[in-house]
Amino acid sequence: MRDVAVVGFAQRQTKEMDGSPTCVELLVPIFAELLEQTGWTKSDIGFWCSGSSDYLAGRSFSFVSAVDAIGALPPVNESHVEMDAAWALYEAWIKLQTGEADTALVYGFGKASAGVLRRTLAMQLDPYTVTPLWPDTVSIAGLQARAGLDHGIWDERAMAEVAARSRTAGTENEYAVRKGVTTIEDVLSEELYADPLRRSDCAPVSDGAAAMVIAAVDSPAFATLQRDGAAAVITGFEHRVDQITLGTRDLTRAPSAALAGAAAGASAVDMAELHAPFSHQELILRRELGLGEGVTINPSGGALCANPMFSAGLVRIGEAARRVWSGESRKALGHATSGPALQQNLVCVMEGRS
Amino acid sequence: MGSEGRKQLAAVMGVGQTHHRAKREDVSIAGLLREAVDRALEDAGLGFEDIDAVVVGKAPDLFEGVMMPELFLAEALGAVGKPLLRVHTAGSVGGSTAIVAASLVQAGVHERVLTVAFEKQSESNAMWALSVPVPFIMPVHAGAGGYFAPHVRSYIRRSGAPTHIGAMVAAKDRQNALKNPYAHLHNEGTTMETVLASQILWDPIRYDETCPSSDGACALVIGSESAVEAAGIPNPAWIHGTVMRSEPTTAAERDQVNPQAGRDAAAALWKQAKITNPYEEIDCAEIYVPFSWFEPMWLENLGFAAEGEGWKVTESGATALDGALPVNMSGGVLSSNPIGASGMLRFAEAALQVMGEAGDHQVNGARRALGHAYGGGSQFFAMWVVGSDKPA
Amino acid sequence: MKVEFDYTRSLGPVLSRFMTGLRDRQVVGGVLEDGTVVVPPPEYDPVTHREISEFVSVGDEGVVTTWSWVADPVMDQPLAEPFAFALIQLDGADVAFLHAVAVDSPAEMGTGMRVRIRWAEQTTGSITDIACFEPVPDSQRFDTIAEPSESEPVTRIVTPVRLAYEYAASPEESKFFRGLAEGRILGQRCPVCHKVYVPPRGACPVDGVPTTDEVELPDRGTVTTFCIVNVPFLGQRIKPPYVSAYVLLDGADIAFLHLILDADASEVRMGMRVEAVWKPRAEWGTTIENISHFRPTGEPDADYDTYKQHL
Repeated sequence: MRDVAVVGFAQRQTKEMDGSPTCVELLVPIFAELLEQTGWTKSDIGFWCSGSSDYLAGRSFSFVSAVDAIGALPPVNESHVEMDAAWALYEAWIKLQTGEADTALVYGFGKASAGVLRRTLAMQLDPYTVTPLWPDTVSIAGLQARAGLDHGIWDERAMAEVAARSRTAGTENEYAVRKGVTTIEDVLSEELYADPLRRSDCAPVSDGAAAMVIAAVDSPAFATLQRDGAAAVITGFEHRVDQITLGTRDLTRAPSAALAGAAAGASAVDMAELHAPFSHQELILRRELGLGEGVTINPSGGALCANPMFSAGLVRIGEAARRVWSGESRKALGHATSGPALQQNLVCVMEGRS
Repeated sequence: MGSEGRKQLAAVMGVGQTHHRAKREDVSIAGLLREAVDRALEDAGLGFEDIDAVVVGKAPDLFEGVMMPELFLAEALGAVGKPLLRVHTAGSVGGSTAIVAASLVQAGVHERVLTVAFEKQSESNAMWALSVPVPFIMPVHAGAGGYFAPHVRSYIRRSGAPTHIGAMVAAKDRQNALKNPYAHLHNEGTTMETVLASQILWDPIRYDETCPSSDGACALVIGSESAVEAAGIPNPAWIHGTVMRSEPTTAAERDQVNPQAGRDAAAALWKQAKITNPYEEIDCAEIYVPFSWFEPMWLENLGFAAEGEGWKVTESGATALDGALPVNMSGGVLSSNPIGASGMLRFAEAALQVMGEAGDHQVNGARRALGHAYGGGSQFFAMWVVGSDKPA
Repeated sequence: MKVEFDYTRSLGPVLSRFMTGLRDRQVVGGVLEDGTVVVPPPEYDPVTHREISEFVSVGDEGVVTTWSWVADPVMDQPLAEPFAFALIQLDGADVAFLHAVAVDSPAEMGTGMRVRIRWAEQTTGSITDIACFEPVPDSQRFDTIAEPSESEPVTRIVTPVRLAYEYAASPEESKFFRGLAEGRILGQRCPVCHKVYVPPRGACPVDGVPTTDEVELPDRGTVTTFCIVNVPFLGQRIKPPYVSAYVLLDGADIAFLHLILDADASEVRMGMRVEAVWKPRAEWGTTIENISHFRPTGEPDADYDTYKQHL
């Protein structure tokens, strides 16, 4: 594989963005920030790829006006996935592997607060036999959490540990929409919100956007970068999907995460940013990815601090990359998930090289 | 930019499509997709177990009322435990989905990729899904026809094309569709005169000059050189070039008749495919023509004709099935329009031609063909060139 | 902003069998090729990928395998009062499926509890024919081969989707709409290319920066191009035929779509000079619809060269 490095990352995450669902207001400053980080101009970007959802925005072709933020005349080599931008990053990484481009800018955005997110996401389920019951996201996560509790695979305290650690870590993250030094006891003393879940077990509804620049290490563009610190070279990039049906899955497992992690070399990392919108999902992912006690998990606070739909996965990769740049991690992974109860999973492993 | 030398060879190994109809009430969404997928796998002589990854494309989710339907379709598409991608680039999506699938092979990541694009428009109402009223926007649009008709008028004004050109295209494509068993419209007896006599819906566009609204799906199996050899496929469609280009929907002084993104994409495509004179070197083309006038417009945009001259190529009969540059041999979008699949159908029909498997609408001796798709407000372009021979 | 539509879903053979069963108050499972009974039946076998063709009827009682409490039900969920969502494995089925359980409090729920279907008063062939499940103390098991229904099968369902969104304008758009409320048309210039955009833009589509300097534009301009709409469509607000035209206001660098009325549609021309007809002031809001339409001014047509770059 061609060595490709993450060389720029910018994000905005808020509770409720006062702006249009196109998120152009967020993308314009993010793109400017990325060009400053790389020292490049728009014309140095060989490929653009984004991730977003029409149902989140409540209208067809919602991604189209985001192209304005690029300033796309002269025209650009561009694509879009109706997925979290982590998968847009995958498409861009593939594009660099073909040699057709040397650099790419990837972005994702979404204004979840425009609608009622836990109802909107019911539109992802089987349209014949499940969506008509409008099961909300939190209830589905609750089914999964209880399955693990009932079988003794995790307990309330383990879930509370995830919530407390995440929220405490969020104090260091300027974009965390929910943060604060929190103990396990603080969490356990909370009332149940959607039995067996407490509010602290669930990601807050968040708006936001994020963008990332990648470059092939062998390209002339890469050589022009004037950056301090290590480059975050992608050494493994894999994603897999499971069936959607809750009844035919062991809800305490995520086989697609295990497959992606094994193929990407997840077990060799010292730090992981996991996209776990519910506390017990972090527990599942750590097991499936083979992350032992020594691995630092979600130093950013993770999705429990902010979970902007369609960019939260890319944010995990970006947060991991930043820590590789700084030398805080030698090898880190960013993970993204999509679909109900960890149906689809992506793992991107990056290694620091000077 | 880029280092093209890295790209691995890729070829279309199998093609499948549904019988496109206004309403496919006999099948579910999964059933519709499987009809195309099963045919593509059979054509390639492969099973689901041979497939490394699945790439799904479709236009807005509001058409079927399912958010990211690839998630609930994962099992029916044999994607469980595999990578699954979902592309959405508006009307060009069928083309860009095929390009993403091809890139997975060209990158050297996968050996055999299944890609499928679809729309089941009968689950909803296309005009509704496309024009959910957004506050602050003047509600004058009447669906896609209302959007594109003013630009057709601009083309006619700019080029001085006579009125009958649009009707000529419509009659040709509907006649071609009679030779394609999968086509939605099989309108016997369509002539230029009957088209001209049909109702004007969005003046200057007549009823018979517009595409239907269809349920349908299209699937391709794209494989590497070694996958083609292993499967013993004697006549794959080798991919000679793939290009995507985008520009904004509206911008001051943006050319909406002959958009720069289309011109740039074509120039890059011909360069990749080592073609210097597309009119001479391309044997036939499947071009995304949802309203008949877009044939001459895209002939110019693609560089098959000089600006303002596209209608003369059409008028000369060159784009007929037996002409110098047959266009839309399958009947095109004017005869079948499952929106999300329409672009992939163009790419698939181009592949069928160079595979020699286009049946009654086969162009004799076709060895290099163009597949083309566009979407949004003539702003997203996806195209490929496929050939009977490996790229030089 | 409401996004509402009743989707009509054709079912195909497998889902039709399941929905027909529900209408007849019978739950039908699919038999996988390894013998596993799955409810609702998947359309294709997960291993062989062949279409499911064997069906059995399963019990209307089963066991809760996991559950979560819905303290605050959202619109369209099976029950309006607090309830539990649960995975329920019906007697005779090998896997569970999702539905609602009606109990008064989470204290009455438990994994392993037995529940029984409460059918809807009217069954039509829909998953909501099962109104919900209720706790039962005991039950009998039975597995039988599903008999095809004697009556007409259910071949399609209608699934309503009702979603509400709050649509917010960008800061640039907001200025434009507030201007309209005062009867003014406010464009903005891109600070890089200096083109005047109306409405203003959060990002100049060429330069990717917000438009800034405000430019008040006159309410008259030139028709660049247009079409005559003769076709009726769902949600249409004006009776056809009418003219939908791109109007290039004097001093603007981009045309926008509006209506041309007060002239016979066949009289409208490219280059025609037009002016805004405002609604009565009392009806104004922050909307482009304050301008009812545009009408011809009677001035001589604009020269083609003055607007041809806007086509």
